[in-house]
Amino acid sequence: MLPIIFIVPIVQLLILVHAATLEMKNIDMYIVDKDLSSTSRGIVQKFESSPFYHINHHSFSMQDAENELKKGNIDIILHIPYGFESELIKGNDSGLQLLIDAINGTAAGLIQSYTQAVLADYNRNIMLKWTSPVIKEKPLSIEITHSFWYNPELNYQTYMVPGILVLLVTLIGMILTSLNLVREKELGTAEQINVTPIRKYHFITGKLFPFWIIALFELAFGLLIGKLIFDIPIVGNLGLLFLFAAVYLFAILGAGLFFSTLASTQQQVMFINFFFMLLFILMSGLFTPVETMPDWARVINIANPMAYFMRVNRMILLKGSGFYDILPEFVSVSIYALIILSLAVWRYRKTV
Amino acid sequence: MALNINNINKSFEGLQALNDITFSVREGELFGLIGPDGSGKTTLFRVITTLLLPDRGEVNLFGLDVLKNYKKVRQLVGYMAGRFSLYHDLTVEENLKFYATVFGTTVEENYDLIKDVYCQIEPFKTRKAGKLSGGMKQKLALSCALIHKPRLLVLDEPTTGVDAVSRKEFWDMLKRLQKKGITILVSTPYMDEASLCDRVGLIQKGNLLSVNKPENIIAEYQRELLSVSSDNLYKLVNDLRNDEDTHSAFLFGHSVHLTRKDRQASAKQVIKYLKDKGHERIYVKVIKPEIEDCFMDLMHEEDEI
Repeated sequence: MLPIIFIVPIVQLLILVHAATLEMKNIDMYIVDKDLSSTSRGIVQKFESSPFYHINHHSFSMQDAENELKKGNIDIILHIPYGFESELIKGNDSGLQLLIDAINGTAAGLIQSYTQAVLADYNRNIMLKWTSPVIKEKPLSIEITHSFWYNPELNYQTYMVPGILVLLVTLIGMILTSLNLVREKELGTAEQINVTPIRKYHFITGKLFPFWIIALFELAFGLLIGKLIFDIPIVGNLGLLFLFAAVYLFAILGAGLFFSTLASTQQQVMFINFFFMLLFILMSGLFTPVETMPDWARVINIANPMAYFMRVNRMILLKGSGFYDILPEFVSVSIYALIILSLAVWRYRKTV
Repeated sequence: MALNINNINKSFEGLQALNDITFSVREGELFGLIGPDGSGKTTLFRVITTLLLPDRGEVNLFGLDVLKNYKKVRQLVGYMAGRFSLYHDLTVEENLKFYATVFGTTVEENYDLIKDVYCQIEPFKTRKAGKLSGGMKQKLALSCALIHKPRLLVLDEPTTGVDAVSRKEFWDMLKRLQKKGITILVSTPYMDEASLCDRVGLIQKGNLLSVNKPENIIAEYQRELLSVSSDNLYKLVNDLRNDEDTHSAFLFGHSVHLTRKDRQASAKQVIKYLKDKGHERIYVKVIKPEIEDCFMDLMHEEDEI
């Protein structure tokens, strides 16, 4: 078990941080260039030179292209119709066609916006080239520039590492605790303990404390890896982060203890854990921001301890938030911990 | 009295697991509770050891009400569950130390009491408890149940699934513990072990049928008992059971123990009946009843009521 404690955070961080990314790196593009003009070649070249696109097919048949799309071999078809350039020179409207595989909606949206950005960029170039030199000054327009605060390069890893750490701490706190307690029931050791004069709170403290320590240790270890391998910024106070994590873990351990009182076998408790873990993770804001959820979902999220820690972890690490900034979350998690722990201790009985 | 049990009732979802159980165990006694699987032995033990609340009735242990003073009772009772329920991933020594600590004592303090049992597994004290053989697990469990010097030792089916030699050894150990002044309450599905107890209670379907000394139980046996054998044992049992004069017929090893309704053994009639049924090499003998015959008889009568 000991090696696993070290391997889990390393593997989770290394794999998830790289894999769970919203950057598209390998967009497979199929080009149907029926125009074969300098403009159309220019467009194709633009895509070829981009690191995000991977152009592996050229043909003149839309039929073939669509077949490939249906087979799932490519992500996008760029169709340049015959007469594209001549129409453009004549000053008429000229169109391109993009066909995107939208099996994965998120990916399709990203591909579309990437591709349009590339085309818009090219469009500006031709406009400059073809409009007469006299009016070379640009027409008046508002240009919007932006910068991303707390993560200027919009580095996805910076965003993911704190999130994965929350996942890790929760996983250990909740699943290990509940499994461990139910295992005692299964083996009958709980019964043997119950005939001893040991007090209920002694037993519960003894069962929870090791996982509290392990989870905090994992957080420290995970942060170290995050710093060494991904060079994530640690702007805020680590002491504050650990203080919050310590309280958060009471809530999570309480949940684990509570689940263990609901189940009598490890399978049952695993099922309960999976149900809640899935809800907690997907609603926590690890992958999709909480702000995009409908209002009712955000109300449900009040009962999701992971959402608080997810927010606080990023706030402290990336933004350098102080104690007063995280006070609302701190209070919420403290109340949460108090309620769930009391409930669990009340449910846990020595007499069956 | 070490243990007084009064009108204990317990039911699980409509199933009456214990039905008005009343008996007492004297101090320093080795009391056996005999009954088939599912008769309520474990349930009764769980009530006595404060693990289960009865629906009705009271349990009194060394003058303490078990339901009210459960904390004190837990100090007085050593419980060995039917299933091995020590920590598999702790070593033999660690388990023992752990239970000693939990009871607020040390292994050294009560070493005399467990020495007899523990010395047999001491060579393996660094081995994980989960990796021990069945007999060794049992000795460890007994050591752990004894480590706080309990006044009452409750053993739930300690010999189930244990080979004949180990069973005998185990009973010898119990006898020695009894001499040290520990009251022992033990359950077993094996009727032959009944004669090793000072007194036995027979339990079936949640009812306590009889509580007595083993020799008295035999003395109270009213019927004449015949041992019958022939060339075809299976057919023999069936034929005897179909005979309208038969009271009971049970297979015991290679012969059938038979009682007749008229309470008089009439070997000749039996032989004649069996010859008519086509049996060969018929052998009928009047025998003295053993404790098992008495229990079979008691249980048989209970079934008919």
